[in-house]
Amino acid sequence: MAEQRTSATNRALIGAGVAAAAGAAAFLLSRRTGSGGAPIEEISDAPDHVWRRGTSRYDPNTLGQTVLIGKPRQELYDLWRDFAKFPNFMENVERVEKLDSKRSRWTIKAPGGSSVELVTKITEDKAGRAVAWRSEPESEIETEGRVEFIDAAPGRGTMVRLTTRYEPPGGIVGKGLAKLMQREPHIQARRDLHRFKSLMETGESATNASPSGRKSESPTERRI
Amino acid sequence: MRALTWHGRHDVRVETVPDPEIVNPRDAILKVTSTAICGSDLHLYDGYIPTLRAGDVLGHEFMGEVVEAGPKSTLKKGQRVVVPFTISCGDCFFCKKRQFSACDNSNPAETFDASRLLMGHPMGAAFGYAHLTGGYAGGQAEYVRVPYSDVGPIVVPDHFEDDQVLFLSDILPTGWAAAENCAIEEGDTIAVWGCGPVGLFAIQSALIMGAHRVIAIDHYPHRLELARKLGAEILDYREVDVREALDEMTGGIGPDACIDCVGMESHGLSIDNIADTVKAHTFLGTERPHALRQIILACRKGGRVSIPGVYGGFADKFPLGQMMEKGLTIKQGQTHVQKYTAPLLEMIEQGKIDTTFLISHHAPLERAAEMYRHWHDEQDSYTKIVLKTEAATPKQEQKLARELA
Repeated sequence: MAEQRTSATNRALIGAGVAAAAGAAAFLLSRRTGSGGAPIEEISDAPDHVWRRGTSRYDPNTLGQTVLIGKPRQELYDLWRDFAKFPNFMENVERVEKLDSKRSRWTIKAPGGSSVELVTKITEDKAGRAVAWRSEPESEIETEGRVEFIDAAPGRGTMVRLTTRYEPPGGIVGKGLAKLMQREPHIQARRDLHRFKSLMETGESATNASPSGRKSESPTERRI
Repeated sequence: MRALTWHGRHDVRVETVPDPEIVNPRDAILKVTSTAICGSDLHLYDGYIPTLRAGDVLGHEFMGEVVEAGPKSTLKKGQRVVVPFTISCGDCFFCKKRQFSACDNSNPAETFDASRLLMGHPMGAAFGYAHLTGGYAGGQAEYVRVPYSDVGPIVVPDHFEDDQVLFLSDILPTGWAAAENCAIEEGDTIAVWGCGPVGLFAIQSALIMGAHRVIAIDHYPHRLELARKLGAEILDYREVDVREALDEMTGGIGPDACIDCVGMESHGLSIDNIADTVKAHTFLGTERPHALRQIILACRKGGRVSIPGVYGGFADKFPLGQMMEKGLTIKQGQTHVQKYTAPLLEMIEQGKIDTTFLISHHAPLERAAEMYRHWHDEQDSYTKIVLKTEAATPKQEQKLARELA
């Protein structure tokens, strides 16, 4: 009897705890979306892509990420400027073909085993500092990207900032689906940047490929 | 090859899995000769660490012989090496600062998001320890793939027995670093919670570093006996109130530094620990930091707290105000193993450090699952288990069993 009462009390306590946690989460989420309240003055020195929803610099389709790479910026720029090397660290990019000094044709893996083609044009090129590109109208998806090379503190190398923007085919539903299949361009961009860093610093891209008791995997296959 | 794989809480099996292969230029493949079961493997066994997948090969304390080396590896076939449990590239910002366990490249792009989400930044990788830390197969196996083999492994001369050098992979550097994090000064009293392998090595290291006294706390008589043999005074927390005893033994001021070699699965029948256990089992909490709470109250004002014990997430009822008001210095983290292997090997060579006194059992890899059960259930008598892979066939197993008997 006593035991039953204890377990009932435990359940009630757990219930109350879960309810309180849900309440707190709802409160935090409502604050994050910035509903109501006074307009923000916008004084922060942060890059555009970290600005909150509801501020003038916010764009839901832009991803930005910065990584510290222990190499001089010219060396990093040189590799990045050679688009044909992208498949070395961009997992989704099957092939990049140079069309002329400004334009190249990309073949990109898409969800479900298909592939997407696009033609990009370089829109900005500052030696050792930045490269930007944008998809041409004949492309199957609309995208743009910019990579910037910023000197880090002395002895620390370079901060490489990649910003990418794309219009998701199939809108928000398509974006969700792509995320589920780990093929969402922003997830990919973040991982590609990490692979680029590893490749530049260590000469290889880290992989956990190794044996397991799972029949579906081989010892040379990467796993999540 | 044969390997110990994890399948769920308290379910590990020795089964046949594919052999590893060289994947990256800096890789090497080892034929494992000795591998140990670590106290932190029990956190995996008990299901306390998220992102472990059924079929994962465990084991992060191992050594062996190089059987294959990639084109950029500096190792040669036939060399005998001990491998640090932390996988570190040697080239990133952190590795260059010799903070090897914080390596920014070893956790692959496919797995690093999970730990970035949980910890704020992606963690460095480790062997055989869940996908949060990279999802690399471990060394409780006949063969293992070792990434960045030009940086981590330390070559050991032939005149050492495996048992003398195996623990350079984790627990010896971890115990040493735990004592180093206490910044020991002349006259210091160091209290060590937990007399498992790391605790025992921390005691030994603290005494080598010049601690005036070491006081060891546990409740397993045999483990306390090992601590006493090293030169520590001992406290069985079932017999005495630990905080009162420590105050009385230090003239009321408390120990100058305290080491938590217990981690997330604290024992003890205090109210806070019972509440933590209930919460851990109902998924409302991850930690049972009873020992650490006690440490913060026991440590002297302005003292140092060193935490080599493993924690994985969020703790509550944590004496944060006490930590601040007493002005404690807290040092912690996964060990930067690569920093310690060479100097510790030298101390083993000089006979300053004994690494074999804590080994209680040798067994063939084939019996690893059974050994996990013993390690979990009989912590008093099983103080350290070393698995031998050369005996991984039933015939050789019988031979080894005869020799051991």
